[in-house]
Amino acid sequence: MAGPIDITGAMITTPTPAGDWLAVVPVALPIITGAALLMLRKRLHWQAPIAVATLAVVFLATLALLVRVWTFGTVVMTMGRWLPPFGISFTVDLLGALFACTASLVALVCSVAAVQSVARPARRYGYFPFLLLTAVGVNGAFLTGDIFNLYVWFEVFLISSFGLLVVGSTRAQLDGTLKYGVLNLIGTTLFLIATGYLYGIFGTLNMADVIRKVPAVEGAPLMTLATLYLAAFSMKAAAFPVQAWLPASYHTPNVVTSAFFGGVLTKIGVYALLRVLVLLFPLQLAGLSGVIGWVAAATMVLGALGALAQSDIRRMVGFLVISGVGVMLAGLAVGTGPALAGGIFYAMHSMIALTALYLLAGLVAERAGSSSLHVVAGLSSAPVLIIAAFILMLSIAGLPPGSGLWPKIMVVQAALEAQHGWLTAAVLLSSLLTVITLGRFFLFVFWRPPVADGLGERPKRLMSPGPMLALTFLAVVMGLYPEPFVRAASHAADGLLQPDAYVRAVFGEQG
Amino acid sequence: MRTLIFRAIAPYLTALMLLFSIFVTLRGHNEPGGGFIGGLLAASAFALYGIAFGVPEARRAMWFHPISVAGTGLLLSAISGLPSFFRGTPYLTGIWTTAPVFHFDVATIILFDLGVYLVVAGAFASIALALEDNGER
Repeated sequence: MAGPIDITGAMITTPTPAGDWLAVVPVALPIITGAALLMLRKRLHWQAPIAVATLAVVFLATLALLVRVWTFGTVVMTMGRWLPPFGISFTVDLLGALFACTASLVALVCSVAAVQSVARPARRYGYFPFLLLTAVGVNGAFLTGDIFNLYVWFEVFLISSFGLLVVGSTRAQLDGTLKYGVLNLIGTTLFLIATGYLYGIFGTLNMADVIRKVPAVEGAPLMTLATLYLAAFSMKAAAFPVQAWLPASYHTPNVVTSAFFGGVLTKIGVYALLRVLVLLFPLQLAGLSGVIGWVAAATMVLGALGALAQSDIRRMVGFLVISGVGVMLAGLAVGTGPALAGGIFYAMHSMIALTALYLLAGLVAERAGSSSLHVVAGLSSAPVLIIAAFILMLSIAGLPPGSGLWPKIMVVQAALEAQHGWLTAAVLLSSLLTVITLGRFFLFVFWRPPVADGLGERPKRLMSPGPMLALTFLAVVMGLYPEPFVRAASHAADGLLQPDAYVRAVFGEQG
Repeated sequence: MRTLIFRAIAPYLTALMLLFSIFVTLRGHNEPGGGFIGGLLAASAFALYGIAFGVPEARRAMWFHPISVAGTGLLLSAISGLPSFFRGTPYLTGIWTTAPVFHFDVATIILFDLGVYLVVAGAFASIALALEDNGER
């Protein structure tokens, strides 16, 4: 094809800087090693090292990508050299880079924890390839700038997550996976319908192109479209009243799987809400903010109440995940810069702190031989766990010195400034309920004297608390030194509210 | 389904379908066809063979485990995007070059297509054979 044909009208002619390849590495590398691990299914001892090494490189790549976005602005790479909107653009702004970096860190820590806790049969059935392909879907969703491509990455991580949920094939797992699968497929179908509708209205799927075309479209039912997206992504984010799949499935698989899912997967729903509603349909978001506010309040308070009512530790953590999603939605409902920044920061905190809490629940259950709060008691011989549990309790409830304090303050302050008094009350009420829930967990597990014959058999080799401690340490760092995180989240929120830079990054100056 | 006629004709039909699947895949470069539909044809060829001679025989005929075939395809497709790094173009750009001795054009695009072919053939053959063997190995 080289030679006399003029390609400037169809293809990108400027050379791609090598640094822009950072946008592709978090997706392409785990696909390559995941595929290689599929072929090496019989080499069980190769699986874990390759997976951990891959995720370590992916984390470093997302970190470098974050630095690049922070210094040079939005990174764009349009696949196959076709000019946008015809090629699929990976458009990495600060929001996407922050989420991808945090999620990659969580994936890395989970893969390290999985080395010890995943049994041989699960490895033989492809635990690590599934983990890598889930990471592919997650990173792809955070990095892409094309809404149909976003749908594809949703499917990628959804299908891989089915695999992670069901591997092991106990009765409870099959039951949980079925509920998870059906309800999530309904969510993605709604997403697909909405995307078809969007394509019908705008004739484009590139998000930057949609932003350009929104003001020009007259009389299109954009409110319907925004509401459809709200419904679809709320299902992913496990917001009230479509949260039922989460507590039904997250306590059944291996605890590392729960930790990864609980930390990361619901935040993709929140991310997609931020991306689509704030960036593409800000006017419709203003109209929907009342509804989102009620949803947020209900999610927060009912999630915390649900957590309080559970006697199974992992189910309790599942409800806390839901409660946290409510806080992020509160930021979205208020919709001002500081509120969105609070929501974004809260999402980062939640990925780290809730993954750590799931891992802690796994450690507790392993040491006590049960995960029922009726049985587990008197674990006073594990000081490391006690300290970590206390810090995580403060973090998740939003008390100093934990990481949840600052984002909650940002959301509360923004809600008060925007005269959303009852939303503020809901945030504070859910925080109080969370303190009670986790305080009860703490008292039962660590302070109550051991129940006489309740404890089951202790396994000989205990899981190492290392991965959980690493995340807990990070939660403390975020709590004690929040400035960089606050600044990054604020910039990310500004990037959403002023999409000019996003559009310019994709289409150049003429956009 | 193990009638004499079916068993006599199944090997020829399987061979023909596999050949046709490769034809459809290569044709997909500029005309209707491509890796996905070609892979489906290949998977149905093995499914047919499995119905005629039983699943163990079909697995032996495939030589590699279907999942490994799919893994190879995924690997090929993902790798086919990498050479564009050295040309300063974005990921997955089609790169053309002329083979040094034989003087015909080669492209990364065909690598991607063959990857898709193998992914679809492997994944669907895996599903079809699992459905056919009724839980027995």
